[in-house]
Amino acid sequence: MKFIPHTQKEIEEMMRDLGISSLDDLFKDIPDEVKIKEKLDLPKPLSELGIREEIENIFSLNTIPKRIFLGGGAYYHLIPSTVNYVLNRGEFYTSYTPYQPELSQGMLQALFEFQSVLSDLTGADITNASMYDGATSLMEAVFMGERVKNKKRLLIARSLNPEYQEVLKTYIKPRDIKIEFIDFKEDGRVDLNQLEEKTKEDFSSLVVQSPNYFGIIEDIEEINKIVKKRDALLIQLITEMMSLGILKSPFELGVDILAAEAQSFGIPLSFGGPYLGILQTKKEFVREIPGRIVGETVDRNGKRCFVMTLRTREQDIRREKAKSNICTNNSLNAIAALVFLATVGPKGVKKIAEINYKKSHYFKKRLIDEGFNLTFKGPFFNEIVVDLPFTDNVLKEKLSLVGIEGGIPLKYYAMDNSYLFSVTEMNRREDIELLICSLKEG
Amino acid sequence: MELLKEISKEGKNKFDIEDDIYIEIENLEEKYLRSEINLPDISEVDLIRHFISLSKENYGVDNGFYPLGSCTMKYNPKINEEIAKKEDFKYFHPLISIEYSQGLLKIMWEMQEFLKILAGMDAFTLQPKAGAHGEYTGLRIMWEYFNDKGEKRNKVILPDSAHGTNPASSSMLGLEVIEIESKDGMVDPEKLSEVVDEKTFALMLTNPNTLGFFEKDILKIKEILKSKGALLYYDGANLNGFIGIARPGDMGFDAVHLNLHKTFSTPHGGGGPGSGPVGVKEFLKDYLPYPLIENEEEFYYFSKPAKSIGKVGSFFGNFSVILKAYLYIRELGFDGLKEVSQIAVLNANYIKEKLKKYYPSQFDRLVKHECVLSGKIYKDYGVKTVDIAKRIMDYGFHPPTIYFPHIVDEALMIEPTETENKETLDKFIDAMIKISEEIKNNPEIVKNAPLNTKIKRPDELKANKELKVKW
Repeated sequence: MKFIPHTQKEIEEMMRDLGISSLDDLFKDIPDEVKIKEKLDLPKPLSELGIREEIENIFSLNTIPKRIFLGGGAYYHLIPSTVNYVLNRGEFYTSYTPYQPELSQGMLQALFEFQSVLSDLTGADITNASMYDGATSLMEAVFMGERVKNKKRLLIARSLNPEYQEVLKTYIKPRDIKIEFIDFKEDGRVDLNQLEEKTKEDFSSLVVQSPNYFGIIEDIEEINKIVKKRDALLIQLITEMMSLGILKSPFELGVDILAAEAQSFGIPLSFGGPYLGILQTKKEFVREIPGRIVGETVDRNGKRCFVMTLRTREQDIRREKAKSNICTNNSLNAIAALVFLATVGPKGVKKIAEINYKKSHYFKKRLIDEGFNLTFKGPFFNEIVVDLPFTDNVLKEKLSLVGIEGGIPLKYYAMDNSYLFSVTEMNRREDIELLICSLKEG
Repeated sequence: MELLKEISKEGKNKFDIEDDIYIEIENLEEKYLRSEINLPDISEVDLIRHFISLSKENYGVDNGFYPLGSCTMKYNPKINEEIAKKEDFKYFHPLISIEYSQGLLKIMWEMQEFLKILAGMDAFTLQPKAGAHGEYTGLRIMWEYFNDKGEKRNKVILPDSAHGTNPASSSMLGLEVIEIESKDGMVDPEKLSEVVDEKTFALMLTNPNTLGFFEKDILKIKEILKSKGALLYYDGANLNGFIGIARPGDMGFDAVHLNLHKTFSTPHGGGGPGSGPVGVKEFLKDYLPYPLIENEEEFYYFSKPAKSIGKVGSFFGNFSVILKAYLYIRELGFDGLKEVSQIAVLNANYIKEKLKKYYPSQFDRLVKHECVLSGKIYKDYGVKTVDIAKRIMDYGFHPPTIYFPHIVDEALMIEPTETENKETLDKFIDAMIKISEEIKNNPEIVKNAPLNTKIKRPDELKANKELKVKW
């Protein structure tokens, strides 16, 4: 299949105009030594029918897991039909970064609305126009904290998603920053006494996830009191944004920077991406936030319109002095999140969150009924860690018999018999019962 | 256009969802609960009309010619969109057992192989989620390599025509950036020799460069760097200029990133999501981020390289973007990809030849995927390049990239791509010539452009000063 629209005659006319006799002449400035001599070994081209058949063959190697109790940073939620309908508009998805505002008001207004809706949901003053994913948002948040406070010590709660810990380590290693970890207590929450101890010395920021990797809701207000005893910032990470349907907004609790993964808002699991990174802060740190920001203004005739703003923070203007190297972000998925939130509305997002809470707590009740032990006793939203008397291979096998995928082993914490389950509005009660049943057996 | 908030009224939204838990569940402690949620309350029909109206105020490749230089705004095949939106993907959690996802892993493994072949590299990671993210990843791999060898190198050399992401990515690693002046729009081997020493970490090079020129001294450049033990990084933003004709790996590049949302036709989505896989030569293989996809007798699984730098983002990369690029490669095959660069280069040279008289820059030579013209001769009429760009909109086209690269005064950077036919190019060329006449005869019409768009010249200063970033 080809997407080149020229007729052979047109190509010949153009070559004649350029005074060349062969298309090869267009590449005569490339040294022969580096030119490809023989056809590269790629599969032969396919027509539309051919690619459909081929992809069907490849997908037949997959098994579609329809009962999903997996979370840990990516969540199985309802995606209303409105989301895809809007994302399928070619005017949106085939456009580029809105450098020319006259031709990009649709995207610019949508991003402004995205920033507004996300700010309203969390209480932030500033939301940028999105990042790659939650993990890189958190990395940028940490570097923001370092720029603001200029201290070379970073505190991280150990209950932070291990993937995110790994990403932070990668980015921090070449920089002169020391990481220290704060442990969690038996209830799965940050050890506040240890935090008190560790905050006696200077540090730039504390990174806390809530609900944390174990699903447990942290006492952000208490944590913030301790952090603010020193001249430092509190960075919160949220990977399950649906929790905000019932939980207090982070900025109301004193958070300085919020990094989040908003895949829960209308974005399919898609085997890990693309997702949606959120980065938010307070007014006072606006100059330090990286990434695109859309602002309201007026045009020559005084008409309200939108433009990318505070551009001097960005790489294409400021080069090595930019706040980050980010250029491409995740505009289309930002629209997905906006359409999701506008579709379910204020009551809908609350109701979905309540049902997540209810279903996961029903699962907890059933676990306790059947004599299973919960690893942590702290309050949780929709994820729960269970002690199970078998290895992860045995668990996987048991669950696969009933077509369930769930139970992420907490190997990262050397807690070999603890497994993380997520329960959302998509898991029916009979699926929860089926899960309980298969855990009970043998 | 009204904002969502302005069409919101309490009680309009009728969204509902079933609840099948009938027993009493104890509530969360009051102190954690919010009292209100402030979101727009609108009906579904109003919502759809709102977003359709917004989409009409936006211009994409599906609307018309979009010759934004260095962005490769080619047509995005619809079959790829359809396949990537299959209902099945909503079930594929990234942490499902690999037995479930063999087909998806096969696609990723084959993609690693295809990119190795096309770029002439020895291994690829698909994890980076954009070009700049790939740049960071490539440099981070090199950093780990030098660190491992106990070599302290901190200088990154860039030509003055480099993309802004290059210096910014270097800074994120705490590296020092040294810019060298180009000669005839290309890297000058003599100047390069003067700055390369034992402290040099790498040269980052875009090839074809941002002027659209193939760096003709690439092999000399490689020798200069190698002689001091420094590495060569390839910014693959412009690979559309020679894909299927030449390979960065054969030019001596040690690490490369490719922008799947440019050369490999995945849509730009209004600024993302993208994908920026990174390829390396054998000696850097062990440092790649994990996980990589391996294949043993048609069983696909994840692996972790021995000295991996760790992870640079969550999970394995932007899978559905990777899938679309995979489909594109399968649809075109080698000959199709070669034709892509042939026609992209034909188109760029055609535009340059037809317009160089009207918008002359200091350079005139064979270009690859894009050409850079200049509006500087019109300064005398009080017309700036931004005015020309705005006037182009009145003729129904998206303007080119302007004021970049910095080494061309009043730059107009035009990248037509291979998916625009001669008729479209001719219409664009005619429009550009007409604008040059307008400037001479009636410059006010250009200075006041655009005349035909709904919004005209937003006040960017006001946006900056009176920062309003939410309703």
